[in-house]
Formats: sequence, C-alpha cells, structure tokens
Amino acid sequence: MYRYLVRKSLIYLLTFFVAVTIDWAIPRLMPGNPIDGLIARFQTNSTAAQDLHGFFTRSFGLDQPLWKQYLTFWQGLLHGDLGPSISYVGTSVSELIWQALPYTLALLVPAIILSYIAGNRVGAMAARRKSLDNTALPVAYVLTATPYVWLAIVLSYYLSFRLGIFPISGAYSFSLQPAWTWEFVKDFLAHWFLPFLTLFLVAFGGWAIGMRNLIIYELESEYSNYLQALGAPSKLVRKYAYGNAVLPQMSGLALALGAVVGGALVTEIVFGYPGIGTLIITALNNRDYFLLQGVFLFIIIAVLIANFVVDIAYVIVDPRTRAGIQGS
Amino acid sequence: MVTPALAETGEGAGQKEPEQRGKRFEALHFAFHNTKLVIGLTIVLLLLAVAIIGPYFTSSDPFAFGYPTGQPPSSHYWFGTTAPGQDVFCQFVYGLRSSFIVGALAALVAGLIGMAIGFIGGYRGGIVDDILSMLTNVVLVIPTLAVLIIVAAYLSVGSLTSEAILIGLTSWPWAARAIRAQTFSLAARDFVNLARLSGRGTTRVVVNEIAPNMSSYLFLVFILLFGGSVLTAATLDFLGLGPSQVMSLGLMMNQAVSNAALQLGYWWWFIPPGIAITALVGGLYVMNVGLDEVFNPRLRST
Repeated sequence: MYRYLVRKSLIYLLTFFVAVTIDWAIPRLMPGNPIDGLIARFQTNSTAAQDLHGFFTRSFGLDQPLWKQYLTFWQGLLHGDLGPSISYVGTSVSELIWQALPYTLALLVPAIILSYIAGNRVGAMAARRKSLDNTALPVAYVLTATPYVWLAIVLSYYLSFRLGIFPISGAYSFSLQPAWTWEFVKDFLAHWFLPFLTLFLVAFGGWAIGMRNLIIYELESEYSNYLQALGAPSKLVRKYAYGNAVLPQMSGLALALGAVVGGALVTEIVFGYPGIGTLIITALNNRDYFLLQGVFLFIIIAVLIANFVVDIAYVIVDPRTRAGIQGS
Repeated sequence: MVTPALAETGEGAGQKEPEQRGKRFEALHFAFHNTKLVIGLTIVLLLLAVAIIGPYFTSSDPFAFGYPTGQPPSSHYWFGTTAPGQDVFCQFVYGLRSSFIVGALAALVAGLIGMAIGFIGGYRGGIVDDILSMLTNVVLVIPTLAVLIIVAAYLSVGSLTSEAILIGLTSWPWAARAIRAQTFSLAARDFVNLARLSGRGTTRVVVNEIAPNMSSYLFLVFILLFGGSVLTAATLDFLGLGPSQVMSLGLMMNQAVSNAALQLGYWWWFIPPGIAITALVGGLYVMNVGLDEVFNPRLRST
C-alpha cells in the first residue's frame, strides 16, 4: 500500500514541478511582452512610457537573468504570493483567487459527487433492466456528447430568459449582501442551480454509460454465474458486481476531474458566475498574465490534490492495493 | 469526460491467415446488422455530407454582412440571420467543416503520439516503459483545458491546423495508456517473439507485427479521439481562443452570447451549432460502441 501511495505521490510531485515550470516559462517564451500591454493601457506619451516600461520591468523582476526569475517565482509560490493583478490593480492574484474559489467549489464539489453517485446507480440499474437500458442509454450518450457550454446556454436561455424561473447570471442578486440569512441562501441557491445542473447532467451521462458497461461485464463473469448457480439471491450477486465495477470507475474519477474542471470554467463564464472561470475570462480580455498564470497554477494544484484524495479512497476501497498486488 | 469504456480483449482481430477473406466478410455482415453502428455512422456521414456540400449552396464568406438583421428561420434564410446581419446557415456549414477538420487532424496528432508512446512502452517494458508511463501520467493529470487556455492565450491561434496540433498535443495520454495495455497482451504472443528472435528491430516489430493486429482497436481509439477533439475545439472556440478568421461552431456560440442573442431570443443562432456538435460527437461515440461489438464477438448481444 505504501509503495502505491509513494509512487502516486512521486508522480504528482513531478507533475507539480513540470506544471510550475511550464506556467513560469510560457509567458517568457511566447512572443510579445506583458509590460508592453500594460503600458499601452495607460496611454501616456512616449517618453513617460519608456520610463514606466523600465520601472515595471524592474519591479516585476523581468530584467533579471532567467534562472534568477525562476527561483524568485518558486520563492513567491512557496510563500503563497502569486504576484499582482493587472486587471484589478492593487489586488494580488492570490486574493482574487481566494475570493472566487468558494463559488467554483460550490459548483464543482456537489456536481462531481452527485453525478458520480447518481450516474453509477442509474448505470447499474440500466444494466439489469432492458427497458431502462433502452431509454436511459441513448439519453446518457446524448448527455455525454453535449458540450458544457452549449448545455449551459440552452438551460440559461429556456429556464432563465424565456420562462424566468431562474435568475440569469451572477451568484446572488445585486440587492443582497452575502450573509447567513435564509433570504440570501434561497437567492444563492436559485443562482447556483442552473450552473450546477449543467455540470451534473453532462458528467452524469459519462458515469452512467461507464457503469452500465462494467456491470454487464461483471454480471457475465465466472463468480457471478457460480453464485447464481448456487442459488444466491440476485441482490447478493448485484452487490458483489457493483463493488467490483466501482473500482475502474474510481480510477476514471481521477481522470475525469480535469475534464469536469474545464467544464466548470466555461459554465461559469456562460452564467456570469463569479468563480475561477470568470476570473480567467477577465484575465484573457485584459491580457493579465499574472492572473492567468496564478489561476492555471491553482487549478493544477487543486486537481493534483483531488487526484491524491481519490487515490487514497481507492486504496481504502480496493484491498488488493493494500496487499501490494497491482490493482489497476 | 470519461468516454465509454473500450472492451479489453486479448484477441487481435484479423491475423494474416488464409481465412482472412472469410473473416472480413463476416465482420462486414455483423457491421451492417449492428444497429448502433448503423445509426452512428449515418449521423456522422449525414453531417459530413452537409459539411462538404453545404458551402456550395451558400455564399463563400460566412463572415459577410449585409443580410437583414435578426431574422428567424425562413425559406430565404434557412437558419435565419444573426443580429449584425449574417447568414446563420452559411456560418453553420462552414463551422461544421471546421469541426471535422480540427477533429480529424487533432485525432491524428494525438493518435500518432499516443501510438508511438504506447507501442514502445508496451513492447519494450522495463525502464523505457517506466519512463514513458511516468511521462504519460504527468501529462494525463494536467487538466487539458487549463493548459490550452494558457497556451492559446499567449500564442493566439491563427489557423485550424495550429489549433488541431495544440489539442492533439494535450489529448494523447489516454490513447497512449489504452494502446500500451493492448500492446502488453499482444507482445507476449508467439509471432511477436518469433519476430524478435529473428532479430527485427523494435520499429519493425511494432509496425509489421503488433500494429496490424491491433488495427481495429486503433480505429476505435481514433474515433474516440475525434469526438473528444471536436468537443475541446468547440470549448476553445467559445472562449475566443480559436482562430478568429475561420468560422467554427464554437465561434458561432461565442458571437451569439456576446451579441445578446439570449436576451433577444435569437435561438436559431446558438441552438444549431450545439445540436451539430452533440450529434457529431454522440454519433461518433455510438459508432464506437457498435464497432466495438463488431470487432469483439464477446460483446455482441444479438
């Protein structure tokens, strides 16, 4: 078990290192100079622009040799300092991410967990009952083939604009302040529901299909036939089959995290939800390189941590990894 | 997203034997009787036909203005017009074309990289495999969209080809993993050992012995990569990170949202692109399942 976890940790550390390096390297390798963009926004005359250019280059440390910049980057990272933001002048990148994070997590965590549980359950049921299979499976295929952005647009259009059931954008009404009052919570939930539903539906489709295939495979296996030949109640057989089928789904969860995070980002953009996604679009529009870098880094770290959590859960669920036999 | 699972099987399809001819006909027979394959293939071919032939029915410039603004679908403008006065149907067919091009190219790039890494790692084993596995895992964990956003933001993607290459460069890991797993089982077979004993080099063995026996599996992997790439490209285009001079379905949705199509109720502007993408990707996935059943007799339910 420890070997398995140590191996996984090594991979994640390596990934983290590579990701940080990529994150640091890209702005410096790409054509164009972030300082030029910053100066252009000030629209000053050329001599003042030159002085400003020199000032900013020095203050952002861009005149240092590359290796020194790299080390400074790591230093700042380990202190939690991701640099200043250009779009929201005066606020640091870490502050912005910290403010936007709860909203993204409020969408992601319930969506991932609920779609995983519901998708697996429905997939397992569809594997048993042919009637459910014939209706649920095509729906699941359509759902998993739907782009997140489009489902977000469709839900937003029909349920918010046309029918007016849900609010159009934002996380809460302009007239309210975040507080632990029932009024605010109700309003928050009304704004939260559609983005959550988008993420839930698309992810649900994928899990349902996967689980259905796995359960069918398990129900045809030898131990299943043996149990049925012995006269075991089908509920018992299903219990074992489900337990075995969950394992590949769990490894799939680690893989799918990256995709769902991507989906959450664009869904937030469509709904104007003030999470990490909207932060990215702001950074893109304002050529705010520091914000982009910081958000990218943060996403990577979050996904790595989530992967590690799933791996630990996998060790708990699959006794083979505990015994040292290669599980999956 | 987690794609429909490919069935793991130790048997390769179609080894080079005298019964090959009979086997091929048998496969074709099952192919045409498999509902999923037929439905999926029909949808994909229909969309392909629209993408190829469609542009001949409309003007040559999907960005052209001058049409009446904000018209709903009518006999004049089959998909209506956009808020600033462009022909939605024209944009739709050109966008569909872009989707096919990007999807196929990206799948090709990702497939080639995945094949190279998967084959070599699976065949060689040992330290080479460990290194390649680690590389695969590292790239696998990184969320592709985040990387694509960063790179596309700095590079400002100018053409469909560069977008396709970018997407291909980030989506190969799962293909490499799947191919590696299959290669493991094939590499233990006698004919591979024979080839190895006769002194054939790695490339020779892989190209001449292993790959042809996995051809059906490789085809399935390609189809799934195709579907995934279309989705990724649509998302990238929606964010404005795709080529801005080339019409694409994601770009249509982007322009619809930024031009207040939701508020104005111009549903014909943003509904068709999404339906096309869903249909294309869904058709590909269903086709994939059908093909899987055709190639692996164990899965056949009929």
